Amino acid sequence: MTTSTAVKSKERFLSKEAFAQLFTVLRDHGYTVIGPTIDQEAIVYDRIHSVDDLPLGWTDEQAPGSYRLKPRDDEALFGYVVGPHSWKRFLFPPEATIAEANKTDAGWQFEGTTDDPPKFAFLGVRACELAAMRVQDRVFLSGAYVDPIYQRRRSRSLVIAVNCTQAASTCFCTSMRTGPQCTSGYDLVLTELASGFVIDAATAEGADILDSLETTVALIETQQEARAARQQAVQQIERRMDTTDIRDLLLSNLEHPRWSHVAERCLSCTNCTMVCPTCFCSSVKEVSDLSGEHVERQRHWDSCFNFDFSYMNGGNVRDNTRSRYRQWLTHKLSSWIDQFGTSGCVGCGRCITWCPVGIDLTEEVAAIRGDVP
Amino acid sequence: MHSKPKLGVFKFASCDGCQLSLLDAEDHLLAVAGAVEIAYFLEATSRIEPGPYDIALVEGSITTAHDAERIHQIRRDARFLITIGACATAGGIQALRNWADCPEFVRSVYATPAYISTLDTSTAIADHVKVDFELRGCPINQYQLIEIIQSLLAGRRPRTPVHSVCLDCKRRGTVCVMVTQGAACLGPVTQSGCGALCPTYNRGCYGCYGPAAQPNLVSLTNQFSAAGVPRDDVVRGLRSFNGYAPEFRVESDRLENSREPHA
Repeated sequence: MTTSTAVKSKERFLSKEAFAQLFTVLRDHGYTVIGPTIDQEAIVYDRIHSVDDLPLGWTDEQAPGSYRLKPRDDEALFGYVVGPHSWKRFLFPPEATIAEANKTDAGWQFEGTTDDPPKFAFLGVRACELAAMRVQDRVFLSGAYVDPIYQRRRSRSLVIAVNCTQAASTCFCTSMRTGPQCTSGYDLVLTELASGFVIDAATAEGADILDSLETTVALIETQQEARAARQQAVQQIERRMDTTDIRDLLLSNLEHPRWSHVAERCLSCTNCTMVCPTCFCSSVKEVSDLSGEHVERQRHWDSCFNFDFSYMNGGNVRDNTRSRYRQWLTHKLSSWIDQFGTSGCVGCGRCITWCPVGIDLTEEVAAIRGDVP
Repeated sequence: MHSKPKLGVFKFASCDGCQLSLLDAEDHLLAVAGAVEIAYFLEATSRIEPGPYDIALVEGSITTAHDAERIHQIRRDARFLITIGACATAGGIQALRNWADCPEFVRSVYATPAYISTLDTSTAIADHVKVDFELRGCPINQYQLIEIIQSLLAGRRPRTPVHSVCLDCKRRGTVCVMVTQGAACLGPVTQSGCGALCPTYNRGCYGCYGPAAQPNLVSLTNQFSAAGVPRDDVVRGLRSFNGYAPEFRVESDRLENSREPHA
């Protein structure tokens, strides 16, 4: 969310017709809107220009290793959950040039990052995704080393959250205590109803935008309807992950036979880490032209599942899929807590849906806990 | 390596597409020509300089007794021998003969089979001589080829990733065709190199860059079966440009030889 000051909650009602104005207002405030839209048989996050770009009347059906778009029997604009993309694509871009050097008569001339992103307005951010942004904030913004690309993009971004009113079979945010209701980390928050939205602002910038929209008082009944819609999402969540003592559970089971069992299925293809909204690993390479006079330092997303990623000093320290899967899961759920004071998992379920062979981390944890045979 | 290394480009059984990738690298070709002396490259020029060569790029597979001899001379003449493409590295599409009756092929195709002198197999260059580096792909990626030349000029290890195509799909924002459509995509077991071309155009990966590092073929083909892909289709999918690469070959043989319906 923006860095503007917090404001007191004051729920308003925004009709579907008035919602369309939001795009104009955001444009007038200098924002480039990124939001959900249909592309490649999925609901992805991309640049959108009007309400017509939103997936009106569509939903998603998710299961381990499976995602299908389905038409809805109503005209909901946000009637689905999270898809293959996450906002990290815009805050921590998959490819970035972080420095350049040119050979001149006066020697090498170095330049830092030239990242010049637009001011993003993220429309349709879910509770688990707000939690993921908080996790990545700790990674990129806290401590001695602040990532300038992430910092600049994050501090200028407007966050318009949307409360989930339904859940996918892969969702388990209630286990991770990250959702489904949005509680903080946004400028504006919406709950969609058949007639329109209940909207509220949490920051001065959000309130300013809200004031530019044609809203009416949110009646008590409308507020109750919104609460019931949010409660519906809670009730639909079936997947659970028992997080009791999870840090010690995994770290005291490093030789559990389940790691070999999952390695028989795991493709080590990196998909889970790429779709994860908190995974932050990258590699840096130096690239020169053939003359050797122009050099760039490029950063790109990388993964602990990539065989090359743990190659060092003439050897690979994680030379098999078992050790790579174990590294990922123990970092995500255990050592992440030591490193950043929070779990690395927000319960969005993307790693379950987008694993080509449908490996489910909640099932793996349960197996290590001894809850399943 | 001295200031202007001599480069030779040699062809065996192949379609010439990989050599064309070098000629297609128009933006870089002048820089390449400035950095190396192109001493043998029949696809580009009939001017031939005798060996030895600092860098020999070898395209194509070994399919004749004559070529099986010729590669040894090239090896003797070359300081660095680099194979380019799926034919040179894994035997190519013509390695389909390795599973078939080659004389029968010759009889079916040629009017006068007696004119044809060929081996029963198509094999990778590394099956015959020591290879210093294998550049994958059908065809190769011109940027990877430039990277190899660059790394040799700079005396460093070439940067050619061994991870799966999936990582490239995700970096470029391509949505998984296996998960959204149940497509039989070889991306999770195929090495990066094409930039995830086919999934980006809405179809499964054909495995043009051969097996990724430590691929899990059995798990992937189990998933294909669960999605309803017939076993014969999976076998055919694995037996293409890189069908004779060891990991793909072992899995297609396993599937073909498993008598019971594939679980």
